[in-house]
Amino acid sequence: MKMLAIDTSTHVLGIALADEQKILGEYTTNIKKNHSVRLMPAVQSLMKESGVVPDDLEAIAVTTGPGSYTGVRIGVTTAKSMAWALNIPLYPVSTLQVFAQNGLGFPGLVSPLIDARRNQVYTAAFSGSTGENTVVRQKKDQIILLPEWLEGLAQTQEQILFVGEDTKTRQELIQEQLGSRAVFADWMGQTIRPAEIIRVARTTGTAREAHEVVPEYAQLAEAEKNWQKAQSGRSE
Amino acid sequence: MNEHELIDILAVETSCDETAAAVIRNGTEIRSNVVLSQMKSHKRFGGVVPEVASRHHAESITQVMEQALEEAGSTFSDLSAVAVTEGPGLVGALLVGVNAAKATAYAKGLPLIGVHHIAGHIQATRLEAEWEYPALALVVSGGHTELVLIEEEGRYELLGQTRDDAVGEAYDKVARTLNLPYPGGPELDKLAKTGVPDVPLPVAWLEEGSYDFSFSGLKSAVMNTLHNARQRGEVLAPEDVAASFQQSVITVLTEKTARAAEACGVKQVMVVGGVAANSGLRAAMEEKFKDSGIKLQIPPLHLCTDNAAMIGAAAYINWKNGDFSGMDLNGVPGLPLHT
Ligand SMILES: [Zn+2]
Repeated sequence: MKMLAIDTSTHVLGIALADEQKILGEYTTNIKKNHSVRLMPAVQSLMKESGVVPDDLEAIAVTTGPGSYTGVRIGVTTAKSMAWALNIPLYPVSTLQVFAQNGLGFPGLVSPLIDARRNQVYTAAFSGSTGENTVVRQKKDQIILLPEWLEGLAQTQEQILFVGEDTKTRQELIQEQLGSRAVFADWMGQTIRPAEIIRVARTTGTAREAHEVVPEYAQLAEAEKNWQKAQSGRSE
Repeated sequence: MNEHELIDILAVETSCDETAAAVIRNGTEIRSNVVLSQMKSHKRFGGVVPEVASRHHAESITQVMEQALEEAGSTFSDLSAVAVTEGPGLVGALLVGVNAAKATAYAKGLPLIGVHHIAGHIQATRLEAEWEYPALALVVSGGHTELVLIEEEGRYELLGQTRDDAVGEAYDKVARTLNLPYPGGPELDKLAKTGVPDVPLPVAWLEEGSYDFSFSGLKSAVMNTLHNARQRGEVLAPEDVAASFQQSVITVLTEKTARAAEACGVKQVMVVGGVAANSGLRAAMEEKFKDSGIKLQIPPLHLCTDNAAMIGAAAYINWKNGDFSGMDLNGVPGLPLHT
């Protein structure tokens, strides 16, 4: 079964193509350049180099966020349109879970961090050492103030591995809260590996119809938040 | 091209707050025209919120495309191309349509056509009747106020445009000042019909011979007039203010269009875009061109507001010229109308 995976939910643009036995091709860039312009040419070129035509695909997997609103929409829109046009299933996968795969085998919790501005992060927690091919979710995807998240993690007794580019700038704060229990992934652990999307999709993913798959932003649009606040203010 | 060949184009439009897809045959025949309006969602905010619009587009884009194919009774193998609005518009909103169209075109091995939104509005008239060249289009909407000369098929020359607010924008702002519900333009039009245009307001002609427009001065004049009246303890009838504002706008639109039409010796004039639905503007244009020998064409309401049928109509010209887009097509919010 040939599967194509797409990730544009952060600055990283990642594509992977795999059959049942192996990775056929993988493409990753970590440069701040336009996903909208570059995604389809990259897909086209990877498919062509791998000798795969669209009709050969039997499924598509995509990271649905949380992450950059626009980035997530580009990946999800592309993946769902391809899956719809080819009439094949689509596997939505959490960006954070794929990120956490970088910590597979870590004896403790894995916490991927994606910057969400104003001292907030998109994060979740997974068990790294499960004896399986995937990390196992312990805490749901969420947007949270970093100090609050660290407080929660401090309550556990485990070692915690932080993955993601956005850990670098937070390292000091994290160490203050968690001391030596905090472990940081090296440079290899800081970007999503696209083939992991396929591994997660195959191992724990759910095949969905293209129409059903939507971005998971983890938070409402700013205007919507303000509107809800105004509504609740009115009813009080 | 074989004359009897059927060229069906799947067109996508997501430049603002309508998620739309259509199947258009040979640039003139509407096989389907699906428009999913987000108006209800944006109403609570009093205007289109870009992030909310983008979210809605991403949620429903594939359903809307599927519905367009179903209603046309088409399968992918019936299609000759996939077309999409590449700009101008809200960038996040454009990106959804562009990426959906690119992915669909690639998956099915179809050529891709990027279309200028304004070319789409203009070509909407082709869905109704043949054209005679040269033609002149007045494009009026919430984002646009332009006079465009079309000397031959697919060639657009910008004669004039607004220097500040788009006419639809001015309508919405004045409607808000008059406490009319969203969307304000149609409400203001309705109210204006019941009033008398006796409130003195400026008409912005700009320099002699200019085909440009300006509406911000008029908008400010309305606000000042209302404010000054309140200070004097007077109450101006809102319907009279609406009628006066509408008259000032329509006078300048109609007059400049007529002048350009005469100067360029056009055979036909088109009024397109969302504000072309304005009943006052329609009536004034009809009156102006009644005995002019120039054919006036204003598309029906559902082809004036944003839709994908117009994108499919415009894309057919690109298709005939072999003018296709690459997989690196992007959404361009300020895309210029090429001549
Ligand atoms: Zn428009």
